[in-house]
Amino acid sequence: MLQACALSLLVFTGASQFALVGVLGAGGTVLAGVASALLLGSRNALYAVRLADLLRLRGPRRALAAHLTIDETMAMAAGAPPGLTGFAFWATAASVYLLWNLATLLGAVAGQVIDTRAFGLDAAVGAGFLALVRLQVHERAAAGVAVGGALLAAGAVPFAPPGVPVLLAALAVVPAVVRTRR
Amino acid sequence: MTWLAIALTALGCLAFKAAGWLLPPAALDRPAVRRGAELLPVALLAALVVVQAFGARRALVLDARAVGLAAGAVALLLRAPFLVVVLVAATTAAVLRTL
Repeated sequence: MLQACALSLLVFTGASQFALVGVLGAGGTVLAGVASALLLGSRNALYAVRLADLLRLRGPRRALAAHLTIDETMAMAAGAPPGLTGFAFWATAASVYLLWNLATLLGAVAGQVIDTRAFGLDAAVGAGFLALVRLQVHERAAAGVAVGGALLAAGAVPFAPPGVPVLLAALAVVPAVVRTRR
Repeated sequence: MTWLAIALTALGCLAFKAAGWLLPPAALDRPAVRRGAELLPVALLAALVVVQAFGARRALVLDARAVGLAAGAVALLLRAPFLVVVLVAATTAAVLRTL
Protein backbone atom coordinates (compact mmCIF):
# COMPACT_ATOMS: atom_id res chain seq x y z
CA MET A 1 0.00 0.00 0.00
CA LEU A 2 2.83 2.32 0.95
CA GLN A 3 4.53 1.43 -2.33
CA ALA A 4 1.50 2.34 -4.45
CA CYS A 5 1.26 5.71 -2.72
CA ALA A 6 5.00 6.38 -3.06
CA LEU A 7 4.72 5.62 -6.77
CA SER A 8 1.96 8.19 -7.28
CA LEU A 9 3.68 10.82 -5.13
CA LEU A 10 7.16 10.41 -6.60
CA VAL A 11 6.70 9.20 -10.18
CA PHE A 12 3.44 11.02 -10.98
CA THR A 13 3.03 9.96 -14.58
CA GLY A 14 0.22 7.46 -14.91
CA ALA A 15 1.19 5.26 -17.85
CA SER A 16 4.69 4.69 -16.42
CA GLN A 17 3.26 3.72 -13.03
CA PHE A 18 0.84 1.25 -14.62
CA ALA A 19 3.62 -0.22 -16.75
CA LEU A 20 5.94 -0.74 -13.76
CA VAL A 21 3.20 -2.37 -11.70
CA GLY A 22 2.03 -4.44 -14.69
CA VAL A 23 5.48 -5.80 -15.48
CA LEU A 24 6.48 -6.47 -11.85
CA GLY A 25 3.05 -8.00 -11.18
CA ALA A 26 3.50 -10.40 -14.10
CA GLY A 27 6.80 -11.56 -12.58
CA GLY A 28 9.11 -9.33 -14.62
CA THR A 29 12.49 -8.17 -13.34
CA VAL A 30 13.13 -4.74 -11.83
CA LEU A 31 15.15 -3.88 -14.95
CA ALA A 32 12.33 -4.77 -17.36
CA GLY A 33 9.77 -2.93 -15.26
CA VAL A 34 11.84 0.23 -14.90
CA ALA A 35 12.81 0.23 -18.60
CA SER A 36 9.15 -0.03 -19.69
CA ALA A 37 8.18 2.76 -17.32
CA LEU A 38 10.98 5.01 -18.58
CA LEU A 39 10.12 4.43 -22.25
CA LEU A 40 6.58 5.54 -21.45
CA GLY A 41 7.86 8.52 -19.46
CA SER A 42 10.14 9.77 -22.24
CA ARG A 43 7.34 11.75 -23.88
CA ASN A 44 7.24 14.06 -20.84
CA ALA A 45 10.61 15.47 -21.95
CA LEU A 46 8.95 16.87 -25.07
CA TYR A 47 6.02 18.26 -23.09
CA ALA A 48 8.61 19.96 -20.88
CA VAL A 49 10.30 21.60 -23.88
CA ARG A 50 6.95 23.13 -24.86
CA LEU A 51 6.04 24.11 -21.27
CA ALA A 52 9.45 25.71 -20.64
CA ASP A 53 8.75 27.96 -23.61
CA LEU A 54 5.16 28.71 -22.52
CA LEU A 55 5.79 29.35 -18.81
CA ARG A 56 9.40 30.62 -18.64
CA LEU A 57 10.02 29.72 -14.98
CA ARG A 58 13.18 29.91 -12.85
CA GLY A 59 14.49 28.30 -9.65
CA PRO A 60 12.30 26.22 -7.33
CA ARG A 61 9.14 26.94 -9.32
CA ARG A 62 10.80 25.41 -12.35
CA ALA A 63 11.81 22.30 -10.37
CA LEU A 64 8.25 21.90 -9.09
CA ALA A 65 6.81 22.43 -12.58
CA ALA A 66 9.16 19.73 -13.90
CA HIS A 67 7.70 17.14 -11.51
CA LEU A 68 4.19 18.21 -12.56
CA THR A 69 4.89 17.87 -16.30
CA ILE A 70 2.32 15.31 -17.56
CA ASP A 71 -0.22 14.88 -20.37
CA GLU A 72 -2.96 16.76 -18.52
CA THR A 73 -0.96 19.83 -17.44
CA MET A 74 0.64 20.09 -20.89
CA ALA A 75 -2.72 19.89 -22.66
CA MET A 76 -4.38 22.46 -20.39
CA ALA A 77 -1.46 24.93 -20.57
CA ALA A 78 -1.17 24.65 -24.34
CA GLY A 79 -4.93 24.98 -24.84
CA ALA A 80 -5.42 27.94 -22.49
CA PRO A 81 -6.24 31.40 -23.84
CA PRO A 82 -3.29 33.84 -23.86
CA GLY A 83 -2.58 35.21 -20.38
CA LEU A 84 -4.11 32.21 -18.62
CA THR A 85 -1.34 29.74 -19.51
CA GLY A 86 0.25 29.83 -16.05
CA PHE A 87 -3.09 29.59 -14.25
CA ALA A 88 -4.18 26.65 -16.43
CA PHE A 89 -0.91 24.83 -15.73
CA TRP A 90 -0.83 25.30 -11.94
CA ALA A 91 -4.56 24.77 -11.39
CA THR A 92 -4.50 21.55 -13.43
CA ALA A 93 -1.31 20.40 -11.71
CA ALA A 94 -2.70 21.00 -8.21
CA SER A 95 -6.05 19.30 -8.84
CA VAL A 96 -4.64 16.32 -10.72
CA TYR A 97 -1.85 15.79 -8.16
CA LEU A 98 -4.31 15.91 -5.27
CA LEU A 99 -6.96 13.65 -6.83
CA TRP A 100 -4.44 11.23 -8.34
CA ASN A 101 -2.80 10.63 -4.96
CA LEU A 102 -6.09 10.49 -3.11
CA ALA A 103 -7.45 7.93 -5.59
CA THR A 104 -4.22 5.91 -5.27
CA LEU A 105 -4.64 5.78 -1.50
CA LEU A 106 -8.29 4.70 -1.83
CA GLY A 107 -7.36 2.05 -4.41
CA ALA A 108 -4.49 0.74 -2.31
CA VAL A 109 -6.73 0.41 0.75
CA ALA A 110 -9.48 -1.24 -1.31
CA GLY A 111 -6.97 -3.64 -2.86
CA GLN A 112 -6.08 -4.95 0.58
CA VAL A 113 -9.69 -5.46 1.63
CA ILE A 114 -11.38 -6.98 -1.41
CA ASP A 115 -10.65 -10.02 -3.60
CA THR A 116 -9.51 -8.22 -6.78
CA ARG A 117 -10.00 -11.33 -8.93
CA ALA A 118 -13.59 -11.90 -7.82
CA PHE A 119 -14.40 -8.31 -8.78
CA GLY A 120 -12.82 -8.80 -12.21
CA LEU A 121 -10.25 -6.12 -11.54
CA ASP A 122 -7.54 -8.12 -13.33
CA ALA A 123 -9.68 -7.89 -16.47
CA ALA A 124 -10.18 -4.18 -15.90
CA VAL A 125 -6.41 -3.60 -16.21
CA GLY A 126 -6.28 -4.77 -19.85
CA ALA A 127 -9.37 -2.74 -20.73
CA GLY A 128 -7.85 0.30 -19.03
CA PHE A 129 -4.71 0.00 -21.16
CA LEU A 130 -6.90 -0.40 -24.26
CA ALA A 131 -8.75 2.82 -23.43
CA LEU A 132 -5.40 4.59 -22.97
CA VAL A 133 -4.22 3.35 -26.39
CA ARG A 134 -7.44 4.62 -27.94
CA LEU A 135 -6.78 8.09 -26.49
CA GLN A 136 -3.32 8.18 -28.08
CA VAL A 137 -4.27 6.95 -31.55
CA HIS A 138 -5.31 9.83 -33.80
CA GLU A 139 -4.09 8.60 -37.19
CA ARG A 140 -3.60 5.51 -39.30
CA ALA A 141 0.15 5.25 -38.67
CA ALA A 142 -0.41 5.23 -34.89
CA ALA A 143 -3.03 2.49 -35.26
CA GLY A 144 -0.43 0.49 -37.19
CA VAL A 145 2.08 0.99 -34.36
CA ALA A 146 -0.52 -0.21 -31.83
CA VAL A 147 -1.22 -3.38 -33.83
CA GLY A 148 2.51 -3.90 -34.36
CA GLY A 149 3.26 -3.50 -30.67
CA ALA A 150 0.48 -5.91 -29.70
CA LEU A 151 1.65 -8.54 -32.21
CA LEU A 152 5.31 -8.22 -31.17
CA ALA A 153 4.35 -8.67 -27.52
CA ALA A 154 2.05 -11.61 -28.27
CA GLY A 155 4.77 -13.30 -30.34
CA ALA A 156 7.38 -12.77 -27.62
CA VAL A 157 5.37 -13.99 -24.61
CA PRO A 158 6.14 -17.72 -25.09
CA PHE A 159 9.87 -17.13 -25.57
CA ALA A 160 10.89 -14.14 -23.46
CA PRO A 161 10.91 -13.70 -19.67
CA PRO A 162 8.02 -11.63 -18.22
CA GLY A 163 8.34 -7.92 -18.94
CA VAL A 164 10.55 -8.33 -21.99
CA PRO A 165 7.63 -8.64 -24.49
CA VAL A 166 6.49 -5.15 -23.50
CA LEU A 167 10.00 -3.78 -24.10
CA LEU A 168 10.29 -5.54 -27.47
CA ALA A 169 7.02 -3.91 -28.53
CA ALA A 170 8.85 -0.56 -28.52
CA LEU A 171 10.43 -1.70 -31.82
CA ALA A 172 7.01 -1.23 -33.45
CA VAL A 173 7.69 2.52 -33.65
CA VAL A 174 10.82 2.07 -35.79
CA PRO A 175 9.18 2.02 -39.27
CA ALA A 176 7.11 5.15 -38.56
CA VAL A 177 10.08 7.01 -37.04
CA VAL A 178 12.37 6.12 -39.97
CA ARG A 179 9.76 7.49 -42.34
CA THR A 180 9.72 10.91 -40.59
CA ARG A 181 13.41 11.44 -41.32
CA ARG A 182 12.96 11.27 -45.07
CA MET B 1 13.45 -4.94 -4.74
CA THR B 2 10.15 -3.17 -5.33
CA TRP B 3 11.41 -0.09 -3.49
CA LEU B 4 14.48 -0.11 -5.74
CA ALA B 5 12.21 -0.23 -8.81
CA ILE B 6 10.12 2.65 -7.46
CA ALA B 7 13.22 4.76 -6.75
CA LEU B 8 14.73 4.11 -10.20
CA THR B 9 11.44 4.84 -11.96
CA ALA B 10 10.92 8.04 -9.98
CA LEU B 11 14.45 9.27 -10.71
CA GLY B 12 14.33 8.28 -14.38
CA CYS B 13 10.92 9.80 -15.06
CA LEU B 14 11.93 13.02 -13.29
CA ALA B 15 15.14 13.09 -15.33
CA PHE B 16 13.13 13.03 -18.57
CA LYS B 17 10.88 15.82 -17.34
CA ALA B 18 13.85 17.90 -16.12
CA ALA B 19 15.75 17.36 -19.38
CA GLY B 20 12.98 19.05 -21.32
CA TRP B 21 13.01 22.02 -18.94
CA LEU B 22 16.79 22.42 -18.86
CA LEU B 23 18.18 21.43 -22.26
CA PRO B 24 18.03 23.83 -25.20
CA PRO B 25 14.93 22.98 -27.27
CA ALA B 26 17.02 22.14 -30.33
CA ALA B 27 18.52 19.15 -28.46
CA LEU B 28 15.17 17.37 -28.22
CA ASP B 29 12.73 19.06 -30.53
CA ARG B 30 13.52 17.20 -33.75
CA PRO B 31 10.87 15.60 -35.96
CA ALA B 32 12.16 12.04 -35.52
CA VAL B 33 12.51 12.39 -31.72
CA ARG B 34 9.06 13.97 -31.51
CA ARG B 35 7.56 11.15 -33.60
CA GLY B 36 9.26 8.48 -31.49
CA ALA B 37 8.11 9.99 -28.19
CA GLU B 38 4.59 10.33 -29.56
CA LEU B 39 4.38 6.72 -30.74
CA LEU B 40 6.28 4.90 -27.96
CA PRO B 41 3.31 5.02 -25.56
CA VAL B 42 1.06 3.60 -28.29
CA ALA B 43 3.34 0.58 -28.86
CA LEU B 44 3.96 -0.10 -25.16
CA LEU B 45 0.37 0.36 -24.03
CA ALA B 46 -0.83 -1.96 -26.82
CA ALA B 47 1.71 -4.55 -25.63
CA LEU B 48 0.46 -4.14 -22.06
CA VAL B 49 -3.11 -4.82 -23.24
CA VAL B 50 -1.97 -8.18 -24.66
CA VAL B 51 0.15 -9.14 -21.65
CA GLN B 52 -2.49 -8.15 -19.09
CA ALA B 53 -5.48 -9.69 -20.90
CA PHE B 54 -3.96 -12.89 -22.35
CA GLY B 55 -0.64 -13.47 -20.58
CA ALA B 56 -0.19 -16.32 -18.11
CA ARG B 57 3.52 -16.64 -17.41
CA ARG B 58 4.98 -17.83 -20.72
CA ALA B 59 1.70 -18.61 -22.47
CA LEU B 60 -1.21 -16.79 -24.00
CA VAL B 61 -4.58 -17.97 -22.69
CA LEU B 62 -8.22 -17.13 -23.30
CA ASP B 63 -10.09 -16.76 -20.00
CA ALA B 64 -12.52 -14.40 -18.31
CA ARG B 65 -10.03 -11.53 -18.73
CA ALA B 66 -10.24 -11.82 -22.54
CA VAL B 67 -14.04 -11.72 -22.45
CA GLY B 68 -13.85 -8.71 -20.13
CA LEU B 69 -11.47 -6.99 -22.56
CA ALA B 70 -13.83 -7.70 -25.47
CA ALA B 71 -16.74 -6.19 -23.53
CA GLY B 72 -14.57 -3.18 -22.68
CA ALA B 73 -13.65 -2.80 -26.36
CA VAL B 74 -17.34 -2.74 -27.30
CA ALA B 75 -17.94 -0.03 -24.67
CA LEU B 76 -15.01 1.88 -26.16
CA LEU B 77 -16.49 1.62 -29.67
CA LEU B 78 -19.73 3.05 -28.26
CA ARG B 79 -17.66 6.02 -27.05
CA ALA B 80 -18.11 5.20 -23.38
CA PRO B 81 -15.90 7.19 -20.99
CA PHE B 82 -12.77 5.61 -19.44
CA LEU B 83 -14.38 4.61 -16.13
CA VAL B 84 -17.33 2.94 -17.86
CA VAL B 85 -14.98 0.93 -20.12
CA VAL B 86 -13.04 -0.32 -17.10
CA LEU B 87 -16.21 -1.10 -15.12
CA VAL B 88 -17.79 -2.99 -18.03
CA ALA B 89 -14.65 -5.14 -18.38
CA ALA B 90 -14.46 -5.85 -14.64
CA THR B 91 -18.16 -6.65 -14.28
CA THR B 92 -18.13 -8.95 -17.32
CA ALA B 93 -15.19 -10.95 -15.97
CA ALA B 94 -16.63 -11.04 -12.45
CA VAL B 95 -20.04 -12.28 -13.63
CA LEU B 96 -18.42 -14.89 -15.89
CA ARG B 97 -16.45 -16.24 -12.94
CA THR B 98 -19.55 -16.76 -10.84
CA LEU B 99 -21.12 -19.01 -13.52
